[in-house]
Amino acid sequence: MGKEPIIQVENLVAQYGEDVILDHVSFEVFTGEIFVVLGGSGCGKSTLLRHMIGLETPSSGNVTIDKVNITTCDDHARYDVLRKIGVLFQSSALIGSMTLAENIALPILEYTSLSKSAIEKIVSLKLTMVDLNGYENYFPSELSGGMKKRAGLARALALNPKILFLDEPTAGLDPITSAEIDELVLHINKSIDATMVIVTHELDSIFMIAQRVIMLDKQTKGVIAQGNPEDLKENSLNPLVRQFFNRWSKPLA
Amino acid sequence: MMNTSKLPSCSFDIVEKERGALTVHIKGKMDFQSASLLIKAFSTMIKSRSPKFLTVGLEQVTYFDDYGALVLDEVKRLMGNLNHNFKIDDPHHITDKILSFINFESLNQPADKISGKTDGFVVNLGQSALVHSADTRTMISFLGSVFLSFIRILTHPKSLRISDTLVSMEKIGVNALPIVSLISFLLGFVMAFMSSLQLQQFGANIYVASLVAIGMVSELGPIMTAIVVAGRSGSAFAAEIGSMKISEEIDALTSMGFEPVLFLTAPRMIASIIVVPILTFFSDIFAILGGLVIGVFMLNLTMTSYISQTLETLTFFEITWGAMKSFVFAVIISLVGCLRGFQTRGGADAVGNAATSAVVSSIFLIILFDSFFAILRSYW
Ligand SMILES: Nc1ncnc2c1ncn2[C@@H]1O[C@H](COP(=O)(O)OP(=O)(O)OP(=O)(O)O)[C@@H](O)[C@H]1O
Ligand SMILES: [Mg+2]
Repeated sequence: MGKEPIIQVENLVAQYGEDVILDHVSFEVFTGEIFVVLGGSGCGKSTLLRHMIGLETPSSGNVTIDKVNITTCDDHARYDVLRKIGVLFQSSALIGSMTLAENIALPILEYTSLSKSAIEKIVSLKLTMVDLNGYENYFPSELSGGMKKRAGLARALALNPKILFLDEPTAGLDPITSAEIDELVLHINKSIDATMVIVTHELDSIFMIAQRVIMLDKQTKGVIAQGNPEDLKENSLNPLVRQFFNRWSKPLA
Repeated sequence: MMNTSKLPSCSFDIVEKERGALTVHIKGKMDFQSASLLIKAFSTMIKSRSPKFLTVGLEQVTYFDDYGALVLDEVKRLMGNLNHNFKIDDPHHITDKILSFINFESLNQPADKISGKTDGFVVNLGQSALVHSADTRTMISFLGSVFLSFIRILTHPKSLRISDTLVSMEKIGVNALPIVSLISFLLGFVMAFMSSLQLQQFGANIYVASLVAIGMVSELGPIMTAIVVAGRSGSAFAAEIGSMKISEEIDALTSMGFEPVLFLTAPRMIASIIVVPILTFFSDIFAILGGLVIGVFMLNLTMTSYISQTLETLTFFEITWGAMKSFVFAVIISLVGCLRGFQTRGGADAVGNAATSAVVSSIFLIILFDSFFAILRSYW
């Protein structure tokens, strides 16, 4: 695989109205790696993800996915990029009026012309992957929070995308299910060589899955650390970073 | 779909070694893009050649995922689901990672919950009866909570959220004023015009003023205003409360110790009760203005004679009658809108349904109550 960047973010400035959330953020994600975005609540991780998948247009800067600059490309090129990515939103974002099976079949119906029975098989396969087999005909409103997360993950995986964006895939899950999701993430990463961009806070997850992390900070509105998690835990010069990885609380000022 | 126009990233050759024994060599990627084409190609090939033994060679496959596994599973099924006539030749073990992880046989278990579409008539009938009885129960408990909220507000006036009430008054009343005025002006204009065609024949031009005044103040003004408010604000109540309901915001309010009905319904109801009669009043004025335009410019009445005829016709009783009706309509609109919001269950489409049903039910109830009023009046 080599170290070939698949996602490049250059001098990204993200703004909501007047509020600058991210100020000149640049980094690269390499093909096949598990890349984790960290940072305190409200520092702009979800915002970064939304800009990376082209849901928001940056005030300035560029995002390139698989050699396509999604901030400037036309709709056709964007459609092609979207086919290669899968997204799990922080709130799962399952369509409430559709059953789980219909939710997961949605991208499959759009991008393939498989028969109904074949789609059913793929759907139950994906649901089995996230341990939700048997829940095909349930509506999202009939599921628990963690089940919705897993169903959202199944939908993101529907087309075995080249790049997966997961916004807090394990938040709100019990430790066993979290560990299973982590394993699933590792498995997907190996079996279909998917590149993963994951937002998470869970230290256990980070040490288990992350190959490289970046840490965002609300004050500086940018990246304050970048690298391997074990390395950062021991050797980072930034006290905030060491604090995060070692789970120290803020010193009482 | 754009992808079907593209060439698939995959192709295959068929080699026949001996009679009835085929080997198919697949080249390229076996992913979601090639899966359906491969399945179709295999099924036509198996149907036309009906091989006794089939080997699928994967030595040149560069990518394989569960869609590839689906293709192999389909091929196996097409070959009659027998193991002895079908072989996968996979020298590079490209399928191992995937096939170790999935098991298509285990997937054929039926799902726990049968989807409702296949239910019979009787089941559907029973279910809809249950839904209706549940709705009735919600309605009764909702009306009860509204009643209690009002008692609460009377005994503890501070429990009313004044700022919400003011915001609602602005939304229901001030923002609706332009459209209500315009519609009423045109209505008065049309009424005067149509009636003048008849009344002119008898030289009774001046009664156009009476007709517009009575017709608007006691009947059309309250109804028109109520229908506009139901469409603008009744639907908004249902949608706001409905989306709060499905995103657990109502539960959050309850858990924080708020009474959701008091918190959400009371401000909207009080705002409607205050604002709708005022809107009706404006509607009456604008309709009379519309009539005045016809009277003065078409019927050559003087402005003073038109106005004095109008004032003569409008008794105190007519005006309070109209105001009382619009009060009742305001209660109907706000109650129905909020009730439909609280009855929302499910997803985003349920919010849409709640809004629709709020408008339909309130317009129906408005007309129904208007008929009651008409009957009541004839026995007065
Ligand atoms: N649609 C929006 N409009 C305006 N401001 C927004 C919007 N979405 C997010 N923000 C602001 O952007 C900042 C970053 O939000 P974001 O959702 O990216 O945080 P996050 O890092 O994902 O936090 P968390 O870990 O809690 O999910 C916050 O200050 C938030 O108020
Ligand atoms: Mg977030």
